[in-house]
Amino acid sequence: MSTLIEFQNVCKLYQMGDTTIAAANEISLQINRGEFVAIVGQSGSGKSTLMNMIGCLDVPTTGKYLLDGQDVGQMSKNELATTRNRMLGFIFQQYHLLPKLTVLENVEIPLMYAGMSKAERRNLAVKELTRVGLQDKLGNKPNQLSGGQQQRVSIARALAGAPAVILADEPTGALDSKTGREVLEMLQDLHKAGNTVVLITHDNAIALQADRIIRLEDGIIIYDGPSSAPEAIVPSPLAKAEQGVQDALT
Amino acid sequence: MRLLETFQLSMKNIFANKVRTFLTMLGIIIGVTAVIIIVGLGDALKQYVTSNFAEMGTNTLNVSISGRGSTRSVSVDELYDFVHENPDYLDAVSPIVSLSNVKIERDSLDDTSASGVGEDYLNMKGYSLQMGRELQYSDITNRSKICVIGNYVSQTYYNGSALGQTIRINGTPLTIVGVLEQISDEMEEGGSDDAIFTPYSTAAQISGTNTFNSYLMTVVDENEATTSKNLVETYLYGNFEDEDAYRVNSMSELLDTLTGTINVMVNVLAIIAGISLLVGGIGIMNIMLISVTERTREIGIRKALGAKERFIMQQFVIEASTTSALGGILGILLGYLLSSVATIIITNMLGEPLAISPSASAILISFSISVGIGILFGYLPAKKASQLNPIDALRYD
Repeated sequence: MSTLIEFQNVCKLYQMGDTTIAAANEISLQINRGEFVAIVGQSGSGKSTLMNMIGCLDVPTTGKYLLDGQDVGQMSKNELATTRNRMLGFIFQQYHLLPKLTVLENVEIPLMYAGMSKAERRNLAVKELTRVGLQDKLGNKPNQLSGGQQQRVSIARALAGAPAVILADEPTGALDSKTGREVLEMLQDLHKAGNTVVLITHDNAIALQADRIIRLEDGIIIYDGPSSAPEAIVPSPLAKAEQGVQDALT
Repeated sequence: MRLLETFQLSMKNIFANKVRTFLTMLGIIIGVTAVIIIVGLGDALKQYVTSNFAEMGTNTLNVSISGRGSTRSVSVDELYDFVHENPDYLDAVSPIVSLSNVKIERDSLDDTSASGVGEDYLNMKGYSLQMGRELQYSDITNRSKICVIGNYVSQTYYNGSALGQTIRINGTPLTIVGVLEQISDEMEEGGSDDAIFTPYSTAAQISGTNTFNSYLMTVVDENEATTSKNLVETYLYGNFEDEDAYRVNSMSELLDTLTGTINVMVNVLAIIAGISLLVGGIGIMNIMLISVTERTREIGIRKALGAKERFIMQQFVIEASTTSALGGILGILLGYLLSSVATIIITNMLGEPLAISPSASAILISFSISVGIGILFGYLPAKKASQLNPIDALRYD
């Protein structure tokens, strides 16, 4: 199995007034082609920062990020845009569909930026929407669909460009548990079909769907291993304490 | 991603907000309409003035002499000699003596212009004879009691058979020996066709004077009108040694001055109208900035899905310039409409046809300025949009 995503001592620093905050602190990890990985952590753990960097929406302050052997840190803004377009398929918690466009047009967006002809991308978009079972909703606007259906549109959009990595940021966060399960099953199916799936979540139960769990806390990886291991879902003492405080407050 | 698709995308966004788009365009619409109407009006005015002057003759000089006591004067013969000595510049000369109190039978012709002129006068004015004969040199020397009348007089008082009939001016009977062809497009009372011409010597006798204060001269080349005018002035100054004793007006010079004035007026008004275009452009920029803020999330999504900065930029610039171009087109249409309305109103007011037609150059210029303004004022918001950080933009609510 070849390495697709490789982080080498990656730091991401933010300046907040006088103090510097490390949202990612010396993170090193490797994700291979075809893996299903969940990145888990409480809010503030740095998982969003990690996702942004994996998604080429942000670049490391120090360290190296190699995506399919390419150094993302050295890329220009245009190259980053092209890499996002070709290599990454995003699934967002809020779906992030464009409300004025139809379902079909929404799925066509990444293909349009890839420079595909109109007929070609229409075909491909219809195919992907059929795969997620929305072939009879092509002309609908997103707000005419249920949350689950909207998330399926966003999955079709992520898949349309045949990306190397599918990056799902809390994909079930806005859904009820039944539709949430459906979406997770869909991700499982994608993984079984050979796709690389990276799932970002705060929810241990959801993270368990993945084969491998990377647990983050305060910008540091505190666990990286198979989801079947008992320590994968056990939060660290610090997180436990924080959770205790939060529970007490609410 | 092709330009055409970006354009289609922009059209979609423009028509999604019809009222807002229309209000945004209003400044451009008003500006373009104003420019088109003002330039069209200016052109029409120039044409009107020029054609009126052409009727009067742009190759003529009007010389009026007020004199300087009785010690110095210039006689008719002296002026004739002077004109003949300068054949390169001056063509002909004729004294003009104004007469009044014209009567045919018992009718008083108060609006009819009656004047005593030289034998060349009718030729100088370019009038041609319909019937009878012209004034001749012998008529001048003999002080013949004859006259040539305009077509209006002939039609109105003699039903076209005026030859041999008599007109009285100040009581002196004059026999009609000639009738002129119609001069202006429409014959009317007080117009060019409502006129009577008699030898200037006869006229002098009628009015009891022997000094001639007014002359008409024709120049050889109307482009040399100013040189010819200076020549006459130099001659008259030699006679009177007083610049106030005479005045020489060149019709072509007057025409130049008038059209020049109209040009300045039109340009000033067009610039003021152009300012409205500028204000319209700022309105577009304002709306585009709001639109960028409103669509922050859309921009973030598009960027996450692989839109390069150039595409986002293109999209917003094209949207702004399409908005202003649409405004420009509506302005042109409105300009056409109002031009024809103004044509009808002004024609009714003047009683003469005055066609305000939008000039091609005004349309082209105001349209390209409005598109240019769209691009110019769309650039800043587009730049802002294209440089949004996709992470921030995605998080934006």
